[in-house]
Amino acid sequence: MTGVLGALSEAWDEVRVHKSRVVLSLVGVFLAVFAMTTVTALGLIVAQVQQENAERNGGRSATIAVQAFDPMTGTPPAAEEWDAAVAELIDRYGITASASLAYGQGLYRLPGGTQQVQTMRVSPSYGELHRKEPVQGRWFREGDRSSLSPALVVNEAFLEALGVPDLSSRPTVVLGGPTPVTATIVGVVREGYGGDLVVYRVDRSGGPWGEAGTVDPVQAMYGGPTNLEIWVDPDQAEQVVETVSRDLGLALHGAQVEAYRQDADGMEETLATLRLAIRGAGVVVLVLGGLGVLNIGLVTVRQRIREIGVRRSFGATSGRVFSAVMLESVCATALAGVAAVGASIVLVRNLPIEQWFNDGIPLADAPGFPVAAAIEGMVAATAVGALAGLLPAIIAVRAKVIDAIRF
Amino acid sequence: MSLLSLAGISRQVDLPDGSVLPILTAVDLDVAPGEHVSIVGRSGSGKSTLLNILGLLDTPTSGSYLLDGEPTDHLRARRRSRLRGEVFGFVFQQFNLLPRRTAVENVAAPLLYARGRDFFRRRRTAAEMLDRVGLGARADQVPERLSGGEQQRVAIARALLRSPRVVLADEPTGALDVETGAQVMALLAQATAENGAALVTITHDLSVAALASRRFRLDAGRLTPLVEVGSLGAATTDRGTA
Repeated sequence: MTGVLGALSEAWDEVRVHKSRVVLSLVGVFLAVFAMTTVTALGLIVAQVQQENAERNGGRSATIAVQAFDPMTGTPPAAEEWDAAVAELIDRYGITASASLAYGQGLYRLPGGTQQVQTMRVSPSYGELHRKEPVQGRWFREGDRSSLSPALVVNEAFLEALGVPDLSSRPTVVLGGPTPVTATIVGVVREGYGGDLVVYRVDRSGGPWGEAGTVDPVQAMYGGPTNLEIWVDPDQAEQVVETVSRDLGLALHGAQVEAYRQDADGMEETLATLRLAIRGAGVVVLVLGGLGVLNIGLVTVRQRIREIGVRRSFGATSGRVFSAVMLESVCATALAGVAAVGASIVLVRNLPIEQWFNDGIPLADAPGFPVAAAIEGMVAATAVGALAGLLPAIIAVRAKVIDAIRF
Repeated sequence: MSLLSLAGISRQVDLPDGSVLPILTAVDLDVAPGEHVSIVGRSGSGKSTLLNILGLLDTPTSGSYLLDGEPTDHLRARRRSRLRGEVFGFVFQQFNLLPRRTAVENVAAPLLYARGRDFFRRRRTAAEMLDRVGLGARADQVPERLSGGEQQRVAIARALLRSPRVVLADEPTGALDVETGAQVMALLAQATAENGAALVTITHDLSVAALASRRFRLDAGRLTPLVEVGSLGAATTDRGTA
């Protein structure tokens, strides 16, 4: 044990005594590890942003969308029949993550006049499947389904059209139609292009206003059918598509059932490629930093030959000389790694990442600073130190003690 | 029994042109425990090579070298290194202190290669040794701030730290003025005597050589006893057995 402690002590002593040289040689490694760690961390966060963006639209991997209609008329099955068939399907296969979605049009009495806006009726679980992260307020809860005032989640453009700056005043809006009803806005999402108004309404609000806001019976017929979305293991997606199509078709007595995977197919591969490219760039930067350490290590070990000879006269074995020179490099680069990773964490945590990459929308699964990036940075720094120390260590061992000491 | 015993030691090197350069020829030398031996010779006479062989830093081309009765020619490199650290202490002409380390760090350096208690107590042991050579107050000074004499005393403290059985000193006063050199030699002789260590001094200074109980002359690779006639400055050799 004293051998290991001695080698470490010797290496640390060298680092301590030759601070200037060590710091100089480590600038490259520090910058390389800093760059690599930061780029890797940012890359992982950006990948997360990309993933959440894609999932916001198409659902998580893998989301199966299911629709049913009469093959002759194109009309959807009756709501009760559809609900019963879906409930049985979910129960039979123990599906834990599913959501319902129905597109329709709604009339909203805004200060500028009553306006028709496409409205998506969704179950609260839709938010989890599509990573809905409101920038104000909240997403739907199960309790909203039985609320007397239908809950709405709207976009910022809608809020602006309503003439309220934020949700602090607990704003409401009247849904027009034959039976007007006052709906409560519970959340605001950042969606829609330009001034497009976006409204989500919790599905099955219940009560006599259930169909309030429906303006067109045709829309009710064609735009109103509920779609089912199921979140399943990507490996089982194909099997689920087949099973759901068959079972629902039988349960709905001849209705044509369409089931398909709707999440961004190939997203995982794309993200994997992106991550690989980022890491590749980081490795190149690191290799360049390592070459800098190696270069300075080679120069300094030649200047230290006399000292190495003196240490050999103390009884230092070849192994000990080798490990001391090697550890010196490893100790130094490990320190640089710690500093670089620390600086990277400080930087990445203070960058307005959601503002830059996600249009200010909070990430559903904010990854923070990826631990993997920190560990990789440390391991890479240490490995570079070991590799860069190898050649100087070999030179130190091969130095002729007699020439080194020169009595 | 001799502590160091050289018999018929030769050392030669191959030159690039294919010829062979003899450096030491048939050297015989015995050093007893606690004995003080000096070797005088001109530059290029092979003094350093002889000291390297004695200190297990170099190996002879032929001949036998017994260390405490044990042949050294088949020792593995690791064992040679350990023996070097445990049996020998080195004092160099140019002090060879580790730059930018304090006196106490320099003195403690050999104990980085020791084991157990010696390793963990190295700094305290070094401080005590510095006290012994009269440099306790200068323990935290780096060599660059010490005089030549002080540096050599630090080197002596370092050489004696592991209680070596032999101290090999190469021109220990070569870089010092006469008065300081005398003080350093007196300290070296006294400290080794107190430790019971043998002292082998290589020098070209006959006054330094005169301090030894046995004196030899190395000339063209051959070691012979030094016989003084009249003064120290008029020395002649007797080609007898060393």
